[in-house]
Amino acid sequence: MQLKPILASLRHHKLTATLLMLQVAVTCAIVCNVVHMIANRVERISVFTGIAESELSVIPSRSIEKGGNPQAQHVVDLAALRAIPGVRSAVAVSYSLPLNQNESSHGTCPDKQALDRAMQLNSIKGSGCVEPSVYDGSPGLIGTLGLHLVEGRDFLPDEYVTKGKPAVAIITRALAQHLYPGRPALGQSMYDGDNFIRVVGIVDALLRPNLRTLGVDYDSMIFPQPPDGEGVLYVLRSAPQDRQRVLEVAAARLVKVNPNRIINPKRVQTYSEVRAQYFQRDTTMIGLLIASALGLLFVTALGITGLANFWVQTRTRSIGIRRAIGATHGDILRYFQTENFLIVTGGVALGMLLAFVLNVVLMTHYELPQLPWYYLPIGALALWVLGQLAVLGPALRAAAVPPVVATRSV
Amino acid sequence: MFGYYFDLALHSLKRNPVLTALMVLAIGLGIGASMTMVTVLHVMTDDPLPGRSAQLYYPHLDPTPLNYTQNGDSPDPTDNLTWPDAMALLKAHKATRQAAMAGGSLLVRPVRAGMQPFEVDGRYATADFFALFGVPFEHGQGWSAADDTARARVVVLGDALARKLFGHADGIGQTVRLGDNDYRVIGVTADWQPKPMFYADASSQHYSDNDEFFLPLPVAVDQKLQINGNESSWAKHVDPSVMTSDGMSWLQFWVQLDGSAQVAAYRQFLIDYSAQQKALGRFERAPTSAKLYSLMGWLAHENLVPNDVRLQLWLALGFLFVCMVNIVALLLAKFLRRSGEISVRRALGARRGDIFFQLGLESAVIGVAGGMLGLLIAQLGLWSVRHRPDDYAQLAQMDVPMLLGTFALAIVASVLAGLLPAWRACRVPPALQLKTL
Repeated sequence: MQLKPILASLRHHKLTATLLMLQVAVTCAIVCNVVHMIANRVERISVFTGIAESELSVIPSRSIEKGGNPQAQHVVDLAALRAIPGVRSAVAVSYSLPLNQNESSHGTCPDKQALDRAMQLNSIKGSGCVEPSVYDGSPGLIGTLGLHLVEGRDFLPDEYVTKGKPAVAIITRALAQHLYPGRPALGQSMYDGDNFIRVVGIVDALLRPNLRTLGVDYDSMIFPQPPDGEGVLYVLRSAPQDRQRVLEVAAARLVKVNPNRIINPKRVQTYSEVRAQYFQRDTTMIGLLIASALGLLFVTALGITGLANFWVQTRTRSIGIRRAIGATHGDILRYFQTENFLIVTGGVALGMLLAFVLNVVLMTHYELPQLPWYYLPIGALALWVLGQLAVLGPALRAAAVPPVVATRSV
Repeated sequence: MFGYYFDLALHSLKRNPVLTALMVLAIGLGIGASMTMVTVLHVMTDDPLPGRSAQLYYPHLDPTPLNYTQNGDSPDPTDNLTWPDAMALLKAHKATRQAAMAGGSLLVRPVRAGMQPFEVDGRYATADFFALFGVPFEHGQGWSAADDTARARVVVLGDALARKLFGHADGIGQTVRLGDNDYRVIGVTADWQPKPMFYADASSQHYSDNDEFFLPLPVAVDQKLQINGNESSWAKHVDPSVMTSDGMSWLQFWVQLDGSAQVAAYRQFLIDYSAQQKALGRFERAPTSAKLYSLMGWLAHENLVPNDVRLQLWLALGFLFVCMVNIVALLLAKFLRRSGEISVRRALGARRGDIFFQLGLESAVIGVAGGMLGLLIAQLGLWSVRHRPDDYAQLAQMDVPMLLGTFALAIVASVLAGLLPAWRACRVPPALQLKTL
């Protein structure tokens, strides 16, 4: 295939070809970054919580009785909830669950020296202390949430405290590594400024109620402490298909046990709903990003087809002449395909540069990670394929021009 | 001539119906996507109190110690005031009007049988709140500064809550039980929901929260009512239940200042106040760290527009740009293909301007059609935004300026897109083209 005649002809359509190249370049730049953003969001929303998500549902209750004994009420409530057919287990927590956005975090140090360092620095950064999320709950929390104890044991009945700080805690593997790097954490005593809290168990993973930065998202610990306030969150475990029914029955049961409470119907949810709510913005954004990437590719394909169409129409006569002097169908077809390939290549080359620039801008303004290099060749390949597909129709039509056209005037 | 060119344009567009449709579709998609996001951004950054916002200012003091470091994502404690500072500014009375406020939620006990108790959001404020923001009243009025001092158990209800509690009766003089206390209703506001809710704390949902009741702030502090919003303390051993501590910020404060002289004077007053507090040993930072924000400046400082929304706008504009480049290339090819026809017209006496006008009109026709399609797509886009569960979703409506703006953008965009091709086409040398005919 000779490039020379194609280049010569493109030089005649310099402006149009440049515009098409520009369009391909901008599309390439935006689509590469958009796909990168989609990949990031998908990674974010598929975060692992460490709990038996598909079997859990939650129901909040707030007492509006003055005085009263919240703990006794919780025990009665839990008994009523456990009696519901289909409920395998039920526990009461104060308010925190992974990804439910109700968080209580607590500065915690591996030992007293680390706390002194933190006091000196007036910051926990660099002191060895961390700020894990604290989960509490009535006995049976580990089993109901479906957490995996990898070391140590669950809490003993006499370790549960209602007032003040507990003496023991179960922590996540991530927190164990952050507090005691390279040392066994089991049996160590963490210090929070007032109390020593001994680590009696380590669970595989338990995500925070709110995501922070990568690396500290799994820093959580569990206290043997049943909720003791007006508000309580009941966590029910049942078979996935029973959740909706169980929730409906549970709300009615709780009101029957004691009507002096507020149950916010919006917060009576399966855990899947809790999770979907947390990531709702990301899911919307993923949808929009996919739509805009497809829209861009569609419009660009449209431009390529439209332009090729015009060029075929304009050149019908010269195509006829070429056919008359011996060019085959294939020659004409390849001519248009090569022409398109050249334009898209030019666009892609510029597009990769633009993609890089756009990524730098996004990194500074929207805290986006760096675009991995392999996105660029993949984007280029996608645009080449798109260009070839888009030009195929007009090119086939050009190849079908009969040589006799050459003999007609106009 | 206009009619003739219009006919020519339609004729030319009809010759390539598929291509014309695709061009209209491309410009419609670009305009529709952009206008959806421009509208969302427009309603999010709109003036919440037109006519009054220019006189409203937010004083900003920094009582945090020098070695205080803020945690990455935690809210800025200096965006709120401490109780002693707010009371000092209130007593100084240097502005035309001033009010301290904070958000709160209370349990409403049923006033009649068959009603369930429910929670409502409202505001604890000092007396000037209503006059300062120009809150309209349906019945009754707000409380006085004397009521603040006397810790009067009075309440102003929002119209929605009043209707829920008392039906069509005005409810003035009635008693409502909020939390554990009884309050006498002295006023019912008319529908008043500034969007964004500029006076609320940074942690609130500025586009969807509503105040349904208003209580005197001193009563709330006395009764230790629940506060919604950031309560940041920096002093060691501050008991978080002591709302009057000078080491915890939780109050919002707004002042009305008329004219630039008063603004300058108030700014100086804040600096003097900080200097005085520094001399007393309470403040540690330079007195010039005291600032005074205008209302719109404060909203910009609060940065209410989520990054995702900005990103969506840029995405939509990028999309529009690609669509525009696409149209320019297509029109260029289309016009240049008609070089022969243009040359004949030129040879018959048409001036370059005539050709330019004819081709420009053709692109404008595409623009008008694209604009109408874009308007439809934008309505569709806004409808989908309204179905998002975000707190600004309900506001995503197109007003008349936005409607006209969409249309103007479509026409300007397509005429601009047609400009280059038309210019290029009208410069085709007629002699050369005629020879090849």
